[in-house]
Amino acid sequence: MLHDELGYPGWMSWNDRLAQHHELIVPMQPGYGQTPRVDWIRSYRDLAGFYARMLREQGWAGCPVIGFSAGAFIAAEMAAACPDLFSRMVLVGPLGLRPTEGEIFDFLAVTIRTHVAATVSNVDAPEFGRIYGGDMTPEQFEAFEDARAETARIGWEPFMFNDSLAHHLQGVGDLPALLVRGTADLIAPRGCISAYESAIPNHTVVEIPGAGHRPEIEDPDAFLAAVTNFLGV
Amino acid sequence: MHVAYFTERPYRWVPEDDVIRNKAFFGLSNALFDHVRGAEDYNYYLDEYVRAEELGFDGVALNEHHGNPFCMGNVMNVEAAILARITERVKIILIGNPLPVIKHPLRMAEELATIDLISRGRLVAGWVRGAGSEQFFNNANPAYNREMFEEAYEFIQMAWTRPGPWRYEGKHFHYRHVNPWALPYQKPVPPTMIPGVLSPETVRWAAAKALPYIGLGTSLGPTADLWDIYADVAAENGYQAGSENFGYLIPTFVADTDEKAQELGKGFIYGGGQTVFSRPEHTLPPGYNSKDAIRRLSKQPGGSWLGVNRNKLMQAATDDNAPIDYEAVRARAEGQLRKSQRNYLTLLGSPDTIIEKVKTMISVLRPGTFVFFGPQGPVPNEDRMRNLELLGKYVMPEIKAYAKELGLNSPFEARPGENKLREGATRTSVVDRSGMPNIEG
Repeated sequence: MLHDELGYPGWMSWNDRLAQHHELIVPMQPGYGQTPRVDWIRSYRDLAGFYARMLREQGWAGCPVIGFSAGAFIAAEMAAACPDLFSRMVLVGPLGLRPTEGEIFDFLAVTIRTHVAATVSNVDAPEFGRIYGGDMTPEQFEAFEDARAETARIGWEPFMFNDSLAHHLQGVGDLPALLVRGTADLIAPRGCISAYESAIPNHTVVEIPGAGHRPEIEDPDAFLAAVTNFLGV
Repeated sequence: MHVAYFTERPYRWVPEDDVIRNKAFFGLSNALFDHVRGAEDYNYYLDEYVRAEELGFDGVALNEHHGNPFCMGNVMNVEAAILARITERVKIILIGNPLPVIKHPLRMAEELATIDLISRGRLVAGWVRGAGSEQFFNNANPAYNREMFEEAYEFIQMAWTRPGPWRYEGKHFHYRHVNPWALPYQKPVPPTMIPGVLSPETVRWAAAKALPYIGLGTSLGPTADLWDIYADVAAENGYQAGSENFGYLIPTFVADTDEKAQELGKGFIYGGGQTVFSRPEHTLPPGYNSKDAIRRLSKQPGGSWLGVNRNKLMQAATDDNAPIDYEAVRARAEGQLRKSQRNYLTLLGSPDTIIEKVKTMISVLRPGTFVFFGPQGPVPNEDRMRNLELLGKYVMPEIKAYAKELGLNSPFEARPGENKLREGATRTSVVDRSGMPNIEG
């Protein structure tokens, strides 16, 4: 699992349920949490190369991947460079391609709280409250700032997409890809999914009604149903 | 002491309610710009600088901001180039060129050398990282701001001093053919001043290079503390810092009476003034601050930097359609202005009032350069000119005489970094807190 640009918030209910049948590996992106920044990584493609080496060296190549938002961008870059890295690919609210219409929300131009709130359509969703509710501690504030700083560093321009990725993705052959989108996603417009639909031949789209950019915490049942159905568990 | 005049060159025709509604100057639509009025303003401000020279100021200072009617110095080097030709004596002080957002240090080296040549050696180059909002306007990656600043600075020094042609392959900048034919008039390079708003990293960087640091209207206590840091770093680098290493800039409005100055000085809080230069999300873009600075900010929810604190950064976006009590906003700003005057952050008054306050400030901070920051807001030309006259004819001579008594040298009288410390010697004090006035929290 490749977390999104805000970082991995800790074990979520869908993690628990999926982990009953799968081993979940959640690398913490360099520059996030306690993982030091890697200075030479200056783009999502650099980061994808870094992760690809990790997969090969750890013997994890050939596993399925679930990527969220910027994590989906990384997964797509990895698959584009080497389709054999993954058996199946789930891209949730994927960034990485220039949207066919609309714009990726400039979440770096808003405050942290606005950014976090914009990731869901329903801030009263129970899991959202459990993860992000209450007062923000100094540690959370710092973690969010670190995450956003690292996102700015490697994704500032062009903002969270790479125009050559669509061309590279044409080489992924029949790698199965599930594209998941909440219909009320404010971060990644529908045009992001359309761009992936054009680029990846063997794709399926699942839209989760009413959910925003984080369908996995707004509607974990629907999200998990889509994922387990796709992964065959 | 070197005394200079500075103005932000505000666009004076923005309806105040629009600024209040936008909660900032940055981000206000340029649909409000009137080209005829804009042309008048640009020409007037040039005239004002010429008048400053006639009145005996030692320098005129310019700055640069983008996409913001608060300051119309969008391409400061163009204005500086004109001043290079139409003035004869004053230093042209740039506070400063925002290197990371211009993103073209070779072009910058050429532009500044041209200004230095046309002025026959009157350029004072100054460098800044650029305000947070500049990162958005220029699409400059905030996470590389400091790296780009430092690399661009070093590159420009090389471009000015190392005979070309040569090739440059840096981290952020790459040039195949470095061989600028416009080289500075002043050798080896023009003098430099580094303006700042209390970033310890910038102060340390400037001190290590013996570059004078100008505090931009910063609070007296923290400024004194920071100048101690500067002096410590200077000592580590083998020199005793002195007044030549320090400058200070303060918003000032002088009128014939205190009452008139108080009235016209409200221009400094027009629309909210400096504190609404840009909204928090634009003031501190992600990555713009160092990790250490963010850690400090995270633990001080009420503490602030450029008017931004952790609480403000944690605010959600406000409802644009929520009703606004404009009069309440103005009343709050007026309260802030009164407090700002009590805390020596804004000076409004008759010449006598101003002279006393400036004397107090320079007795504490002991700067070698003092910059008067002229009116903001929709102040008419005649009142702006009267402010300048009173500053030049009455305030400046008194301040200079007092600075002489205190032995405060400018960087043009004593070369920064030349006062070497013997190995093992302890540095002497650079500030005098005995005269520190009471400051409200």
